[in-house]
Amino acid sequence: MPQPLRAPLVVEFPFTRSLGPVQSAFLTGLRERTVLGVRTADGRILVPPVEYDPVTADELRELAEVAATGTVTTWAWNPAPRRGQPLATPFAWVLVRLDGADTALLHALDAPGPGAVRTGLRVTVRWAAERTGSITDIACFEPYEGESDPYEGEPDPYERERVPYEHEHEPRPRTAGGHDGRFDDPVTGIVAPARLDYDYSPGRAQSRYLHALAERRTVGERCPSCRKVYVPPRGACPTCGVATAEQIEVGPRGTVTTYCVVNIKAKNLDIAVPYVYAHIALDGADLALHARIGGIPYDQVRMGLRVEPVWTASSRYPDHYRPSGEPDADYEVYKELL
Amino acid sequence: MAEEPVAVVGIGQTRHRAARRDVSLAGLVREAALRALADAELTWADIDAVVIGKAPDFFEGVMMPELYLADALGAVGKPMLRVHTAGSVGGSTALVAADLIAARVHTTVLTLAFEKQSESNAMWGLSLPVPFQQPLLAGAGGFFAPHIRAYMRRTGAPDTIGALVAYKDRRNALRNPYAHLHEHGITLAKVQESPMLWDPIRYSETCPSSDGACAMILADRAGAARAPRPAAWVHGGAMRSEPTLFAGKDFVSPRAGKDCAAAVYRQARITDPRREIDVVEMYVPFSWYEPMWLENLGFAAEGEGWKLTESGVTELDGDLPVNPSGGVLSANPIGASGMIRFAEAALQVRGQAGEHQIDGARRALGHAYGGGSQFFAMWLVGSEPPTT
Repeated sequence: MPQPLRAPLVVEFPFTRSLGPVQSAFLTGLRERTVLGVRTADGRILVPPVEYDPVTADELRELAEVAATGTVTTWAWNPAPRRGQPLATPFAWVLVRLDGADTALLHALDAPGPGAVRTGLRVTVRWAAERTGSITDIACFEPYEGESDPYEGEPDPYERERVPYEHEHEPRPRTAGGHDGRFDDPVTGIVAPARLDYDYSPGRAQSRYLHALAERRTVGERCPSCRKVYVPPRGACPTCGVATAEQIEVGPRGTVTTYCVVNIKAKNLDIAVPYVYAHIALDGADLALHARIGGIPYDQVRMGLRVEPVWTASSRYPDHYRPSGEPDADYEVYKELL
Repeated sequence: MAEEPVAVVGIGQTRHRAARRDVSLAGLVREAALRALADAELTWADIDAVVIGKAPDFFEGVMMPELYLADALGAVGKPMLRVHTAGSVGGSTALVAADLIAARVHTTVLTLAFEKQSESNAMWGLSLPVPFQQPLLAGAGGFFAPHIRAYMRRTGAPDTIGALVAYKDRRNALRNPYAHLHEHGITLAKVQESPMLWDPIRYSETCPSSDGACAMILADRAGAARAPRPAAWVHGGAMRSEPTLFAGKDFVSPRAGKDCAAAVYRQARITDPRREIDVVEMYVPFSWYEPMWLENLGFAAEGEGWKLTESGVTELDGDLPVNPSGGVLSANPIGASGMIRFAEAALQVRGQAGEHQIDGARRALGHAYGGGSQFFAMWLVGSEPPTT
């Protein structure tokens, strides 16, 4: 039996994000080399900022500026950076509590090796040369030889009695400067390109079908229980839940069961409109395939039209189907296949 | 022990629009949730659990948005879960939330569904370039148009019916301040003259692409007694599914839809839906699905649904108004669309539907479907508590 086929599947899209007021201020701030957090009702400063208090669900809008220096709270060494990661050379993923903040920000730390990284390490932001209002405006963090936390030991006028959360660091009295979050030309949306790389296999049943297609034959599989012939085959009957193995060649001719006339051009499809997109029940198949109808004016296509495939050298599938010249099929014959 | 009766005590929607660039996803869902809380005169602290739904993650490209939305929905420290059932998700999300009350797991549950279609492209999300597969040759409406043609052939419906549905729903939307499309000056002629996109579907017979969210607060009997406004009571709710494609699938009137409706009617002790149900909010993404669903849901005999539409029965002043809110044809934030149907049904029996209120509505059906007629979800709500 031929091996199942394999091919890469790349899912890629430039998603957009509307930022809302808090993320807009945060990312615009980064562009201006200013790190903003948001102040909760109990006086903590959350960096990166969030729109709603994780504890009380209150809306948070009071921004505060924190320092570009901070302390590593935990880390993990990344020995083999992948495409799209902040640095091309091995680096540490770090959580950095910026001076003045109560929560830590995830980012990359440029360090020569894992031996150079430790919890408690003092670090500072390395700003990107070109900044657009994005988390990558912080190119990465780097070790920082300067003073310890300048806010250490300062009283915090906002700090008041509260119950610390589990895992929370010891409350540190500190201050951070208020900030109105206003900048010229604020960033209100970003594009977040996403890419997923899969190694795709259609499986044994579809691979058999595809190998037969290469010989311009359409081969389905019959369910041993309900006797329906599936094209393309899936290796199992979706109704009976049993494996299908019996190979059944269907077509090549078939019947148009229903169709529509497409009048708007679909993206990435090089087909002149209008054209007919039809459901075609190949002779011997128990459900319809979808294909384009050609070789006949679009407004003469009808339900029951008998058609045959037209193959081209370049395509795995029939390029389209055209009238076979036979008389139309009677509605009673194909109505169950609609 | 009998189930706890489930009451809808709060409803909130955003004003659905083509693009809400002023808010993040969190800001969008927050708006609907706050309106539902205000309607119920409750606070975050009153909510025991949060159940949310949306269409596939690829639609906005946020992997598991429920993680990031927990803060915005006051869910930290509470049970929170997400339901996935493609386009029907708004309905099944509400049903999962209702079950938590009925089973007495919780007494007050926030349920919410949303979509921000402007942040990506749903058509892209549904037609990934899977190797070896033939690319989809027709675009969004091309999936539905052949099934509509099959309906027309099977029933002999005149080709004028679809335009009647679109004209009705777009006029109804003018009375609904939350609807996305407000086409002042809409006429039947304008619908009939709009461009033919996927023959037999014209432009004006298609749903828009919307950003929006819908939220409901569900409560037990005690919660309903404390509620400041009339509750809608859940008399029946069911979900059914079937494969997207199988030999013998009836795309015109899917078996799962019939079975789902039958289960709801059985629970609600409805024997003649056409007479006993006062108003319907059904998921009609393309105009012709109104007559198709009228048959599938048992409001008309097979082949007769279009006659109800043609004779005006489904108009706002007809004796079975369908989609007084303007329906999916007037606002389609995909993940939220099913919940909007459920919420609009509840608004009707609460007498809170404003200018699109059907006088004296006592029983209303909310209907959602999705995934190429793979998933169905429905509930029947009434103005009175169910009798046990």
